[in-house]
Amino acid sequence: MKVHLKVWRQAGPLAPGRLVDYTADNVSPDMSFLEMLDSVNETLIAKGEEPIAFDSDCREGICGTCGVMVDGRPHGPDSCTTVCQLHMRRYKDGDTIVIEPWRAMAFPLIKDLVVDRAAFDRIIQAGGYTSVNTGGAQDANAILIPKTIADEAFESAMCIGCGACVAACKNASAALFTSAKITHLALLPQGQVEAKTRVVAMVDAMDTAGFGGCSNEGECEAVCPKGISLRNIATMNKEYRRAILS
Amino acid sequence: MSLDSKIPSGPIQEKWDRHRFESKLVNPANRRKHTVIIVGTGLAGGAAAASLGELGYNVLSFCIHDSARRAHSIAAQGGINAAKNYQNDGDSIWRLFYDTVKGGDYRSREANVYRLAQLSVNIIDQCVAQGVPFAREYGGQLDNRSFGGAQVSRTFYARGQTGQQLLLGAYQSMMRQVAKGNVTMFSQREMLDVVVIDGKARGIIVRNLVTGQLERYVADAVCLATGGYGTAYYLSTNAVNSNVTAAWRAHKRGAYFANPCFTQIHPTCIPVSGDDQSKLTLMSESLRNDGRVWVPKNQGDKRHPNDIPESERDYYLERKYPSFGNLVPRDVASRNAKLVCDDGRGVGDSGLAVYLDFKDAIGRLGEPMVAGRYGNLFDMYRKITDENPYKEPMRMYPAIHYTMGGLWVDYNLMSTIPGLHVLGEANFSDHGANRLGASALMQGLADGYFVIPYTLAHYMASTPVPQVTTDHDAFKEAENNVQERINTMLSVKGSKTPRALHRELGRLLWDEVGMSRTDAGLKRALAKIPQLRDEFWQNVSVPGDANNMNKNLEYAGRVADYLEFGELLAMDALHRTESCGGHFREESQTPDGEAKRDDESFSYAAAWQYQGVGSAPTLHKEPLSFEHVKPSQRSYK
Repeated sequence: MKVHLKVWRQAGPLAPGRLVDYTADNVSPDMSFLEMLDSVNETLIAKGEEPIAFDSDCREGICGTCGVMVDGRPHGPDSCTTVCQLHMRRYKDGDTIVIEPWRAMAFPLIKDLVVDRAAFDRIIQAGGYTSVNTGGAQDANAILIPKTIADEAFESAMCIGCGACVAACKNASAALFTSAKITHLALLPQGQVEAKTRVVAMVDAMDTAGFGGCSNEGECEAVCPKGISLRNIATMNKEYRRAILS
Repeated sequence: MSLDSKIPSGPIQEKWDRHRFESKLVNPANRRKHTVIIVGTGLAGGAAAASLGELGYNVLSFCIHDSARRAHSIAAQGGINAAKNYQNDGDSIWRLFYDTVKGGDYRSREANVYRLAQLSVNIIDQCVAQGVPFAREYGGQLDNRSFGGAQVSRTFYARGQTGQQLLLGAYQSMMRQVAKGNVTMFSQREMLDVVVIDGKARGIIVRNLVTGQLERYVADAVCLATGGYGTAYYLSTNAVNSNVTAAWRAHKRGAYFANPCFTQIHPTCIPVSGDDQSKLTLMSESLRNDGRVWVPKNQGDKRHPNDIPESERDYYLERKYPSFGNLVPRDVASRNAKLVCDDGRGVGDSGLAVYLDFKDAIGRLGEPMVAGRYGNLFDMYRKITDENPYKEPMRMYPAIHYTMGGLWVDYNLMSTIPGLHVLGEANFSDHGANRLGASALMQGLADGYFVIPYTLAHYMASTPVPQVTTDHDAFKEAENNVQERINTMLSVKGSKTPRALHRELGRLLWDEVGMSRTDAGLKRALAKIPQLRDEFWQNVSVPGDANNMNKNLEYAGRVADYLEFGELLAMDALHRTESCGGHFREESQTPDGEAKRDDESFSYAAAWQYQGVGSAPTLHKEPLSFEHVKPSQRSYK
């Protein structure tokens, strides 16, 4: 089949950007969305034109490297699916698809569809860890953790850091990303030791990085490819109040 | 140069302890004065950066991604082995050591493997302390499963995302050191050369992938943790940006490359669906715990699998290997899949697939239980193939997954370039000719958390290096070389894309240096690779320039390196006329078609020394001796 694309092209952070029309021919339904973009790029490269820059790596939905707006929705129309796992069988012959980068002040654009998400690293640096050095850890079974708690912590720890939550949010808030890490660690005894300092430091870092506040509309949860729940944000707020009031 | 593996003396159980005691230490107050470069932020590189940062060294960490959290370790699904014996089922350090040496088909170094088994228990403790949410039992203890043919349950896991959780643990520890100022993070940098001064590795040249500028970094020692070379085959389960470039450039500067022909082909991957496919997706081997592998008994049987009666199905693994059945090691499972497909009994449109069937498991355990164990994998399969594995069997075919070969290192993880250390999949040492399931994560973390902090300290404490700056001639020379290669690539202005050339190389390697190798086929590959390489340098198309982000330029550089490396891969496979582990030479098999080793002639690690593009490399042999695990023909019958 054939699909028409409108792709955001921007040579660099300061250059003007615009939507450019392309046509992807010979698209097979088994192709992934990014393989369809690869094939467009192959045609461009063979003609000596600069291909469309976009990020991707594992192409199995776990590394969090890929991520573009597809018709205004991060990662495209399928729920709980990264754009590398979106397949062209979702589309029909003659469809037009608009592809744009994440847009958020805290994610400056580098080129075309590629943005800089280093702000996420800075949030983790502020406290998204347990302060244990290598060596000297006690036996792994010394602290029992109920299965339900371990499973709940895992649900939060699944975040892949792709930035879709920020891209979907009208405030460009990183509350879902930040709260997922805070919740993961606050649930586990290993993380509870530093829970209070962590939540305050990470929320500060989030604000300093230029992300907006959370107004609780839930677009982030709706587009999260890993289905991270909005409840994480409630937990973060509870942890934050507990930290500053006690 | 002779290869000195520097294995400590004494009984195998005491070697590592003794070595740690005999190693020199760096005074805490002096550590800050030592700069260490670590390239790669996967399990090995991330763990090393965190641990060395904690100790107080000045660590410079580099990765090609936009964040250290994205390295391909993140995609490991199944789990991590450790000899904890929490299940009281007969496991021990000795058994993990034994299984790993045997599973590696007697081509690994006993002392290294023993150390790995010893350290495995510390890794789990460390990761739990970091908050890694491993699977647990209802009583609150850690859960284990049996994995990849092991007869004990020693695999720790976090659903099907163990690699992700372990990597985030290492990444978070590393970010903590970034905040403290002990680790400086350089993301979006690709290492393009090692700088060797007075015979020692003293720095690297990287390209800043955002600005396009070449940058120079100087240090007292360099660690490479840049992963394997599976994407040489184009289609593999590796991430599309995984590459051999850093290791290959180090090889060209004098680091020997060992056993490149030891490549692992994973038996359960989603089959290739079309020419535009960019990668293959692995389905965790844990699926073989409950799934049954079969093909139709009759050739060319094109009926829907659900319409093929039991009596006309061949559960070939259960038939041929009654004691291990569907849980035979990866190399055996892969080869048998190829055999039945070559026999015309493969399934799916291409005929290059076998069925992995959960009907019996669902009947026995019920759908919810099966979903609990494999739900995320089934979802992934469904997304990619649009087929429902709860209702019909999955189609599977082997794919390149892991590479046991890598840069040669001694017991201290140091390559043949003094000061250049190599960690994780990028080195060659621990898995021999075949890696067991759930052992890659173990090795990466053992190297990074627990080995390199000691061996690197010893190197720095015992090897004084003169103060140099990045103005040194060696830096200029290296940068000029890199610049020249980039300029040449940009100036060809041909009509063939790097991907087209990569795909051609990949097909060639898969056909001739893949699951089954022959003298004639390897010679064909060796004749064809130089032609492809010439075609690259005469006809490649790399639009744009080098002064900003240019992903196609990055990719072209990696393909160019694969076009050199591929030749070494085929040459190593040609010289090793025995079959062992993942390396199957059709000329060397037992009467019933199993891999036949030739211990008399090949009980050594083959370390190749670079002699120039297109020139035959020099072979150096490190003899392997087996004092504790006596080589025998592996049998899983």
